[in-house]
Amino acid sequence: MNVTSSAVLADCRDAFASTVMEMAAADERVVVVCSDSVGSSKLVEFKRRFPDRLINVGIAEQALIGLAAGLANGGLRPIVSAASCFVTARALEQIKVDLAYTNARVVVCGMSPGVAYGELGPTHHSVEDVAWLRAIDNMVVVVPADPRETGQALWAAMEHDGPAFIRVSRMGVPPVYGDNYHFRLGKASRLVEGQDVSIITNGTLVARALEAADALRDMEVRCRVISMPTVKPLDVDEVVRAAAETGAIVTVEEHSTRGGLGGAVAETVVEHQPAPVRIMGFPGFAPTGSAEFLLEHFGLTAHGIADAALELMKRKG
Amino acid sequence: MIDGTAAALPVGRIGPSKGRSVRVQRLADAARAIRRRDLEMVSTAGLGHIGGDLSAADIVTVLVLGVLNVDPTRPATPDRDRFVMSKGHCSGLLYTALAARGFFDQSLLNSYMMPLSPLNGHPDINKVPGVEANTGPLGHGLPIAVGMAIAAQLRRSQSRTFCLMGDGELQEGSNWEAFLAAGHRGLDRLAVVVDRNGLQQGGGTEETSRLEPLSDKARSFGWAVAEVDGHDHGALLDLFENLPVAAGKPSFIIARTHKGHPVSFMRDRVEWHHRPPSNTELVAALEELR
Repeated sequence: MNVTSSAVLADCRDAFASTVMEMAAADERVVVVCSDSVGSSKLVEFKRRFPDRLINVGIAEQALIGLAAGLANGGLRPIVSAASCFVTARALEQIKVDLAYTNARVVVCGMSPGVAYGELGPTHHSVEDVAWLRAIDNMVVVVPADPRETGQALWAAMEHDGPAFIRVSRMGVPPVYGDNYHFRLGKASRLVEGQDVSIITNGTLVARALEAADALRDMEVRCRVISMPTVKPLDVDEVVRAAAETGAIVTVEEHSTRGGLGGAVAETVVEHQPAPVRIMGFPGFAPTGSAEFLLEHFGLTAHGIADAALELMKRKG
Repeated sequence: MIDGTAAALPVGRIGPSKGRSVRVQRLADAARAIRRRDLEMVSTAGLGHIGGDLSAADIVTVLVLGVLNVDPTRPATPDRDRFVMSKGHCSGLLYTALAARGFFDQSLLNSYMMPLSPLNGHPDINKVPGVEANTGPLGHGLPIAVGMAIAAQLRRSQSRTFCLMGDGELQEGSNWEAFLAAGHRGLDRLAVVVDRNGLQQGGGTEETSRLEPLSDKARSFGWAVAEVDGHDHGALLDLFENLPVAAGKPSFIIARTHKGHPVSFMRDRVEWHHRPPSNTELVAALEELR
């Protein structure tokens, strides 16, 4: 994986922007729907190339989602792009009814999720989105780790016969995946083999989990690292194997500790293969600070993750 | 239903091949039959929203049977007209009208809200042919209809989009986001029909959260406004067949109606919003609709 602290950090929104342009060039039914979020979604070039196919509804998230459902009914293939905190919370009923219950083929891209907006505070943090959307039937929920996975997840979501939600990170991430990576909806990737403990992670924290595994290796702890980009549907088999074969699971995500990837893993472990689980994320509304500061503050660093894994291993049966 | 026999519904389109007066008469007859069948359904189910159903019955009959360019044997044709029933609680009326147009067999209506029936209390696009949107929570239909109209515009389709809204429903903020978007884009193949009966679940719209002057509000959002007697089949037909109200603007049609119309003991009475008629009340209502 060769993740190093000196790696050039990438913004997943660039991959989003180039992928939607490829999609629009390949299929004239593809349209992008946004809520005064052209710049923040990096859609300036898309607007220049496909002016009629960028539908900006203004600052109006409920209409944004309803309108996308109507565009899908009308034979188009809409991709919604809006700040994750607003589009998921403000339009949650529209996501449930107009998209999920209808099973509309709409891809919703939640831009700048997690604590990407840092100092702007909890109003702009989106650390509940995965929990909310994964509770809804028919919704697919994906949290990609890097630009390559973001682009591939978009293509997979577009091919999926139903609605999907994809987080598109703003916070710089090192590339995690190489040229031969192939994203599959609902499938985990085992990035590091190990038998002593497992880390299950996704999104911006995959790179840090890999660094934690490196640190643990130096302490003779063989830590398995599983990237779980699709939170719904969850790769249940991979979670059960991790619980059975390593006996302890740490989950790590840029999300609330309630109901996200950690919740999904814990539900699975409790039901199928009981084992100690430690859920790492944000325990509540975050204090003021940059995204980087907040990750540190809540122990979401390579050291913090490694320490949590060591602590959890003491509880193994 | 009474005596185990359902009221007969007309089936199929009441289209322009007939002369106008014949057509208007047939629409009036169809509206009466739809009201009778709907009353039986709601009474049998012991559930439903009969007041709003009866209020909108003439509008929906004229639209679904008289106006919509749809093919019930091919309900997903891309260039079909679309009818969004934003007041999804009036599912009894919608289902009855769709059955009358021929989207599904009338016998299915007997299962209204029965366990495992496709005819849920609010419409489901994946279970009922002819349904275009899953409505029920208010304020959802119009944004969806705006999306449909934009899709038609981008696809250069002749498809028209009609959205029927309750007046109380206009209190939902999502509608005003959509009014802005449609006005901004000048979607003149989109028409909203407001079932302006003046009553919402708990009382009058004007005493709850005032809507008037409604036509001024719509105009200020860039819509062209027309007002019509929502129980006059000829007037509704003439209006729907001569849209848009103004070129380059979406049409906002205020249809003046009466909740519970024309049943004497239901008309303009708020308690009939979601009260199912007893057997005695059903017999009395059907007698008035002979």
